[in-house]
Order: sequence, then C-alpha cells, then structure tokens
Amino acid sequence: MKPASFEYVAPATVPEALHLLADDTVDSKVLAGGQSLIPLMNLRLAAPERLIDINNLRDLAYIRDDINGLHIGAMTRHTDVLASTSVRQMTPLLHEAAGFVAHSQVRNRGTLGGTLAHADAAAEIPVALLASNAVITARSIEGERQISVEDFFQGYFSTTLRADELIVDVFLPAMPPHGGSAFNEFSRRRGDYAIGGAAVVLVFDDQGICESARVALLAAGPQPVRAPASEGLLVGHRLDGELILAAAKAAASSANPVTSIHGSAEYRRAVIEEMVARGLREATQRAGV
Amino acid sequence: MGCAKPPNERESKIMVKVTIEINDVVHDADVDPRLLLCDFLRHDVRLTGTHVGCEQGSCGACTVLFDELPVRSCTMLAVQADGHAVRTVESLARDGGLSKLQQSFTDCHALQCGFCTPGMLMTLTPLVESGQRLSDAEIREAISGNLCRCTGYQQIVDATRHALDG
Ligand SMILES: Cc1cc2nc3c(=O)[nH]c(=O)nc-3n(C[C@H](O)[C@H](O)[C@H](O)COP(=O)(O)OP(=O)(O)OC[C@H]3O[C@@H](n4cnc5c(N)ncnc54)[C@H](O)[C@@H]3O)c2cc1C
Ligand code: FES
Ligand code: FES
Repeated sequence: MKPASFEYVAPATVPEALHLLADDTVDSKVLAGGQSLIPLMNLRLAAPERLIDINNLRDLAYIRDDINGLHIGAMTRHTDVLASTSVRQMTPLLHEAAGFVAHSQVRNRGTLGGTLAHADAAAEIPVALLASNAVITARSIEGERQISVEDFFQGYFSTTLRADELIVDVFLPAMPPHGGSAFNEFSRRRGDYAIGGAAVVLVFDDQGICESARVALLAAGPQPVRAPASEGLLVGHRLDGELILAAAKAAASSANPVTSIHGSAEYRRAVIEEMVARGLREATQRAGV
Repeated sequence: MGCAKPPNERESKIMVKVTIEINDVVHDADVDPRLLLCDFLRHDVRLTGTHVGCEQGSCGACTVLFDELPVRSCTMLAVQADGHAVRTVESLARDGGLSKLQQSFTDCHALQCGFCTPGMLMTLTPLVESGQRLSDAEIREAISGNLCRCTGYQQIVDATRHALDG
C-alpha cells in the first residue's frame, strides 16, 4: 500500500509554486501537511501525477495581529494555531476548535490551508471559520482574490478554489466586545472526527439583546453549513433557556447528516441539537450578558 | 487540469538525492519520491524499530521525531525529510542502557506484544525529556493518537507517570 508514482517538486518561493500550479498539462496536487492527502494516496484514492510540496514556503507560516483581527498563513500548523496567545485572545473559537483536531502527531504537520482546501464537512476548523465569517485569500499567477468563507465550500470535499490557485492567507475578524463564542462536538474517542457538533458566535448589544448570531454545524451534510433558521430565532432577542432550546431544535431540523457505521442520521441530528444548545448557553455566558 | 495518466503508464521514476540526519548519523540516499518515510527507515536504513500498522495515519505505531516533534512517518515522504533530522526508537537506548521511559515501560508492564511501543515511546519521549509536569489526563491526551490493542492503556499511563516522577 504505497502511493502511485508521481513527480515531486518542492518550490522555494510562492511565485515558483504558482507557476507550477498554472501548468495544466499535468494533474498536480499541492502537498501541505499531508495528513489528508498522503493517506488518500496510500489508499490509492488519489494518484496525482505531480506533487507540489509547499513545506519550504516558510513565509506562509505566520499568525499576525491586525487591528480588526488576525491574519494566519496557509502553512501554519494546527499545533501553532493551538499554542498561539493571539488566537486564544482574539479568536477564541478557532483555538477551541483546533483543540478537537486529531492528535499531537497530526497537528504537528496539518495546516490551516490544508484543512480548508480539503473541505471535510466533519473537520472542525472549516466550521469554526464559517462561524467566524473568515476571509480566504487565494493567489494564482493572475493575481490574488479574497473569497468569503460563505462562498468557499461547494459540496462534498469541494471548494470554489480554482486548480491554479493556492490558499495563502486566512483573515479572522476579532471577537467584538459583548461577543461570545463556543465550539462543541461529540465523538466516540478523543481526536476522532465528530459524530456531530456546532460552532456558535453571538454578538449582543449593551442591553443584552442578540445583535447577530452565526451558528455553523459540524458533520451536518455534504459541506460545512450554517443554520439560518436557528440564527433567525435568536437575533433581536434576549437568550433564555426556552429560546435556546427552540433555536437548537431549528438547527437540528435544518441539518442533513448521513447515516453511517458511526451513527444514524436521526442520532446525529439529536447530537447536533444538543451541541448547538450547549454552544448557545456557553457563548451567551462568555459574552458576559 | 490535465487528464491524469494511469499510474502504470507513467514514466519511470526519477530518483531524488536526499541527506537526512537519522539518530545523529547523516545518511545520503537516492529515493523514489513515493517512498514513505517509514519504509525508508525500515527497508533502506534497516532501522526496523519503527513499526508500521495502518499506513494511513490512524494508529500511531510509526511515530518518529521529525526535527524533535512527533509525527507519523507513514504520512510523510522520505524526500520531505531532506535536510531534516529524524529520531527513531533506536536512539533511545544509550551505551546498552534503556532510557528512563523505556525502563519504566519494562518496570510497569506497559508492553505486551510491543507493536505499539515504539510509537508510544517516541510520542512520550519529548514530554519526558522536557521535564514538564503532566497530569494523568494530559498523559492520556498525549497518547490519544496511539492505539494499543493488547496491553491496555493504564499501564502505559502508569509507566509514563513513573518516568516523569522518578
Ligand atoms: C489520524 C488522523 C486524524 C485526523 N483527525 C482529524 C480531526 O479530528 N479533525 C480534522 O479536522 N482533521 C483531522 N485530520 C486531518 C488533518 O487535520 C489534516 O491536517 C487536514 O485535514 C489537512 O491539512 P494538511 O495540511 O495535512 O493538508 P494536505 O493533506 O497536505 O492537503 C489536503 C488537500 O488540500 C490541498 N491543499 C493543501 N494546502 C493547500 C493550499 N495552501 N492551497 C490550496 N490547496 C491546498 C491539497 O492539495 C489536498 O487536496 C486527521 C488526520 C489524520 C491522519
Ligand atoms: S502506520 Fe502510521 S499511523 Fe498507523
Ligand atoms: S503492546 Fe501490543 S499493541 Fe500495544
């Protein structure tokens, strides 16, 4: 069980990588942490002709404070996201989500850009970024474009990224005052992909009325999704126990999980409902209202 | 994106020259890009202490230190180790004596068949060497990516505790 033959290139600079990616005569794949791609290649579920290893692009590994939020480079490892004080303080949801990702050995290699491009609906970080209203910057030889996370995911393991584009940066807005977030999931074993989960970001006004709500669901369908029906119930209201339960129910009924050996769709929906309820309670409490 | 050629019709492999420091010894080699780091260690360098279980990143048996950090050597290519330092389980025993952690594994009966042991040791060694204080919960978290199918985890936690406190 080894990968099929491929040509290996390890560009030293981003422009070099972009030129390689622009070559559409070869079926190329970017190799970042390799924690999803190499297992797929070992299983022969993927057999690219050329691997473009971007691990030498050290200038894509950074966590930078901005007045409005954080810029994180695509090659930033999950371990570094998890250890970052800036991430914990400015975007606590991402910190919390990264703590659920796999195990130390996988986090030492896996990257932010990789988990986004892989776009697994059961992966924590994409869902946290969706709830955070993140902005992804992709670059090609033609230039750079910003993609709202809302427009990024496109069905099973698919994104709107073009084949010649490289994710270079992710911007996360900082949590505003009177804002609170929470990430919750349930899995059978520590570090496993979740049976179900939810990322919640709530912002209140100074009277404690919910001004905006973003509820994103984990393992709730083919791609990371928000639950607008649930969010709609929250905005304009003070969150009490009853409203939280109603919003959690609305989120669960909008979810579209699949039945698998790890749980039936019905069971997963019940898990999602509970994870949303917990998230809304915690986020409200953390917002200090 | 061009249409991918089926793997069996692809041109013969292009070998890549690599220089890898393994357990403080520098190795020069020509490797096929598709050679996994675990297979390079076992078959080319003949360091068979690194075990290979699932070959898809799930079991942790193949854990080695890559620039001092635990990684799975089945989800890395040997070419990626060019210019880097790798430590395997063979680096732990010095002058014929077991490392503190290895001795604790023996004393606390933390291995039965020994298949998962190299991965457990390479995951835990940096923690023991760093001298940090760890709770049992943190030890369990540290080995959460290493599957043991026969000893059970309690003795492994006990052995780690013993090495950390002893
Ligand atoms: C045992 C195990 C358990 C895991 N458990 C979890 C878990 O619980 N939760 C979770 O979220 N993840 C989990 N993962 C996956 C892990 O988080 C991966 O690191 C992540 O999904 C992919 O990141 P990577 O950097 O390894 O990407 P790679 O595997 O290198 O690449 C993945 C895909 O993204 C593309 N790509 C990578 N970087 C870029 C870029 N900058 N621009 C464009 N395309 C790019 C690649 O071409 C490839 O198609 C697990 C992995 C393993 C092996
Ligand atoms: S053999 Fe590498 S994780 Fe199982
Ligand atoms: S000692 Fe046998 S698998 Fe762990």
